[in-house]
Amino acid sequence: MTIAFYTLAAFILALGVLVVSTKNTVHAVLFLVANFLCVAMLYVLLQAEFLAVIQVLVYAGGIVVLYLFVVMLVNLKRGPETHVDPRRRDRMGLLIGGAVLAEFVAILLYGFAPRATGAAPAAAAPGVGNVEQVGWSLYVDYLVPFEVASILLLVAMIGAIVLAKKEP
Amino acid sequence: MLDAYVPILIFILVAIGFAIALLWFAWAVSPSKFNRVKLEPYECGIEPLTDARDRYSIRYYLVAMLFVIFDIETVFLYPWAVIMDELLLFGLVEMMVFLGILIVGYAYAWRKGALEWA
Repeated sequence: MTIAFYTLAAFILALGVLVVSTKNTVHAVLFLVANFLCVAMLYVLLQAEFLAVIQVLVYAGGIVVLYLFVVMLVNLKRGPETHVDPRRRDRMGLLIGGAVLAEFVAILLYGFAPRATGAAPAAAAPGVGNVEQVGWSLYVDYLVPFEVASILLLVAMIGAIVLAKKEP
Repeated sequence: MLDAYVPILIFILVAIGFAIALLWFAWAVSPSKFNRVKLEPYECGIEPLTDARDRYSIRYYLVAMLFVIFDIETVFLYPWAVIMDELLLFGLVEMMVFLGILIVGYAYAWRKGALEWA
């Protein structure tokens, strides 16, 4: 269990480094697919099977398609803009890096803090799978948000068509 | 609990190993004499005209967007299908409402010609 986690974590980190360090953008996206698949395996380790399926289906399957299309839509042959403020990237990097660092520190503090409040979340009853639990809460307890989600998808669909479809 | 995934792990390892072994075998036994024509990218037999890193039409992106949206729709269908025999008519009606709203979008995409290539 521990060995599996650390192996997967090493793979995820290595693939993440490859994603940002590869010069070829298409290769970076393909490394991202492998990264997503490793994260899906991590979800399986955490017994979040539904999340693992979603990770493969939506992220490794769908989102990556969008990434690839963005890569193919933009002009990659042109060099980076020369007239931008050269220090802008440094400032942005500092800002984002600082935010990530703060997040790590927060996670570590939380991890080492004594667990005073409450026990660990109750484990699933034996025989009841993760997917069934998600289904029960989604289709019974959260019925209205579930139906509203379809409106959200509808808006996304119409928005995509309005933006990308040329009027005849 | 995790023991159930051991066959899947073995399957993945065998698949990766098989692919690597085949690639290595082809590399090991085949003579490698390259020339300019052999190293050109193969494009249906015609001579390549432009760089592969060309810009694509936005229409591909529209198709990809619609794909992702229907992909998310299947995400909602999946847990529903697992517990459908317990939700009975209630589950059927709520899923029909969900799909009905999305079919409006599908009809819109169809009428706007987003599914056509012309």
